[in-house]
Formats: sequence, structure tokens, C-alpha cells
Amino acid sequence: MNARVWEIMVSSFPRLLGYGLRVTLPLTALSFSLALVISVIVAMIQYAKVPVLRQLCRFYIWVIRGTPLLVQLFLVFYGLPQLGVVWAAFPTAVVVFGFNEGAYMAESVRGALEAVSRGQMEAGYCVGMNYLQIMWHIVLPQAFRTAFPALSNSLISMLKGTSLAATITVMEMFRQAQVINGRVYESLALYSETALIYLMFSTILTWLQRWGEKKLDHYGGVK
Amino acid sequence: MSMLEISGVKKRFGDTEVLKGIDLNVEKGDVVAILGPSGSGKTTFLRCLNFLERADEGEMVFDGEAYHFQAIRRREIAHIRQKTAFVFQNYNLFLNKTVLQNVTLSLTVVGKMKKDAAEKKAIDALRRGGMADKLDAYPSQLSGGQQQRVAIARGLATDPEIIYFDEPTSALDPELIGEVLSVMRQLAGEGMTMLVVTHEMEFARSVSNKVLFMDGGKVIESGPSREFFAAPKEARSREFINNILKDR
Repeated sequence: MNARVWEIMVSSFPRLLGYGLRVTLPLTALSFSLALVISVIVAMIQYAKVPVLRQLCRFYIWVIRGTPLLVQLFLVFYGLPQLGVVWAAFPTAVVVFGFNEGAYMAESVRGALEAVSRGQMEAGYCVGMNYLQIMWHIVLPQAFRTAFPALSNSLISMLKGTSLAATITVMEMFRQAQVINGRVYESLALYSETALIYLMFSTILTWLQRWGEKKLDHYGGVK
Repeated sequence: MSMLEISGVKKRFGDTEVLKGIDLNVEKGDVVAILGPSGSGKTTFLRCLNFLERADEGEMVFDGEAYHFQAIRRREIAHIRQKTAFVFQNYNLFLNKTVLQNVTLSLTVVGKMKKDAAEKKAIDALRRGGMADKLDAYPSQLSGGQQQRVAIARGLATDPEIIYFDEPTSALDPELIGEVLSVMRQLAGEGMTMLVVTHEMEFARSVSNKVLFMDGGKVIESGPSREFFAAPKEARSREFINNILKDR
């Protein structure tokens, strides 16, 4: 590696990392929070077998899982303006990523809810609690433990997926790498560097997952 | 007036009629042993009384209020459940809660009690189950017998007028059965009204004062325990008792 490339890598690193911290991570956090809310609601509607809404949820999951994320991004960012719906790039990314991953996570949460023993619900009823109280205090916490590894998967997958936001003009880490590369033409070096920062971020998330699982295991896990 | 009057309870699962019209009268302080072979419908009957299964027909008079099983409202079910407790065969303790939290949960969430008061009450209930020394343990750290005693305490904490036991010792290792039965025996001695689906004949004979003997979804014989065990009237009852005693 010659001195010029080294110099480019050293000088671009803080810049890329900065975009990673200021844009990629918040974009991931916001999108994931949205996905989490959506997934819990969608999963609970199916778990509770709410008529009509339940079919709507299946439809949502069917459409989202059946179409590419990139196409969804383009559809909302470039397509919807023709109907008069114009959103800025960043909020568009949050909404599309949130709804996209939310569909996958809904299935993880639904599976986890269904894995909670039926007896937990019955016991809750027998001590006088109502459905929502039982869900909140008993079923959801247990389901959360079961779903946690799958949800961590989704989080890490989403972190990397935010790089697609570059295609709808969001100036996040990967797009910044493209911009720098446009000036210096050092694709191998710059994209390797970018990959390395993503790897750093996901490594930290992996640690967090391990720590979280240990925390959640306090009651001996779910039988 | 009886505390609980059940009449004409019918229940079918698909084409199978599992309860063909069950009647039962329970006075305050009664300990009713519900006996019968597997598949006789006794567990289903008990679950219907707490609406874990919905009976298709029948009436219930509880605390002077009459209810029809097929037309009961959700609010009425909640009301009845708050005055009763249910002990399951496989305990069904809340797995994500400690022993203490298992008992306080309904007090704080349903009864809107303050945490301190709820804990005090819970510890009293746990003491009656002999489990006041394991407050911070999780269910997964307890033996089956201990879990069942916590489950009984959980039921006791809400001051129920009646406790339903669904084969409370059937899932236990033989050496753990005694500790649960002794808690139940003590409750019976204190005058608690109890309905117990059980296969423990010795317990039924020595603790219950009434027997409901079921087979094939029907009541074959019901009456005072002493008479039932000393001189069963029906051939089917005699056969059942003899079979059980022969196994010993």
C-alpha cells in the first residue's frame, strides 16, 4: 500500500466514522424502534386473532416480505411524489426500513408469543387479571426473551441495510464513502474501510446481544 | 343457602359430549372431592366453574347471584374469578416472576394495593404454604412441590371464597406429594371451601366431606364422603374404589 492510499484512509476514517455515528446509527435506532412497535402490534393482533385487522396484518407481511427493500425505497421516495406525497430522504428511509424489518420481526414476535405456555394466560385469568394485564406483565416479557436473538438478528441486519439509504440521497456512511471515492478513486481502500466500520458497529451490537441475553435469563429462561 | 349451586352443566367438544348435565351443591367450608376415572370429565367440569372452558349449558348460583353459563358476561366472569382461586396440575406459576412477585402481582395490578401492603399480605399467604423463605427464587429454581405450594399461596392471597384444585399432586414426584397435601389439609382444617379433583383416595377419604363421583361425563354418585367410601351405593363406584385400592 503506497503512502497516498494510506494518507487517504487515515484522513477519511474519522469522517466516515463521524457519518456512521451521526447518521447510520441514529437511522438504525429510529428505524428499529419503529419496527419494534409495528412488530409487537402486528404480532399481538394475530396472537389475539382480532378479525379483519388480522387479515390486514397478514396482507402487510405478505406484501413487504414479497418485494425487495430497494424497490420499496424507490417506490416511496421517487414514486409517491407523483401522487403528491413528498417526504424528505431521511424520514422516508426511517419509515421504509421500519415497516420492512417490522414485517419480519412481527413473525419472530408472533412465534415467541405462541411459544409462551397457554397455562400462563389461564393462571393470569384465574387471579383476576384481564387480557392486556396478562399480556403486559406475563406473556410479552416471556415472549421478548424468546424473540430476543431473532430481534438482535434483525437489528444487525438493519444496521447494514441502512446503507441502501444512499440510493435515495441520504448522506449516511456509505454514501459519504462514495462521495470521497468520487474525488480520489480508491474504491478498494475506501469500501474496505467502510466495511470495517460496519463490522465494528455490528460487533458491538453482538456484544450487547450477549449481555442482554444474560440479563434476560435471570429467571432461568423459558421452559 | 348454598355458597355455590351448579346445575345442568353440559359441555361438548366437537361431537363428543364430555359433560352430560352435572349438578353440585357446595356449602361454605365444604371440601368436595371430585373423583372418577380418566376421561370422566372431572377436570373439564372444574375448568367450566372458573370459565377456563365455556360450558354450553347450565346454571351457577354463586354468592346468591344466578348466572347462566351460556349467557354470562365478561364482567361477571371477572367478578367470579376474583372471588375464587384455581390451582393447576402443572402449577402455572408466572415463570418471569419471583415467588413473591407471583403472589403480589394480582394484588397490585388487580387489587390496586400498595407494594408494601401487597408484599405483607403475600408473605402471610406464602407462610401458610410454607414458602416464605424462598421469596426471591424463580419458579425454575423450585421443586414441583414448592412450586405448587407457591401456587396455592398465590390463590390464597386474594382471599378467595372457594379454591378449585385440578389434580394438584398428579404432576409431582411421589415424595413431594405429601408436602402439598399437608398444606391443603391445613386449609381444609381452617374452614376453606375447596373443590378438589384428585386421584389421592386417602386424601379424599380423610379430608373431604363430600364426594362427587363422575364417569362418562355424568355424576354416578354424590354425597357425604364417609358414606361413599364406607358403602358406595352404585356398582360403578364400588368397582372404582376396589380398583384403586387393589393398586395399592
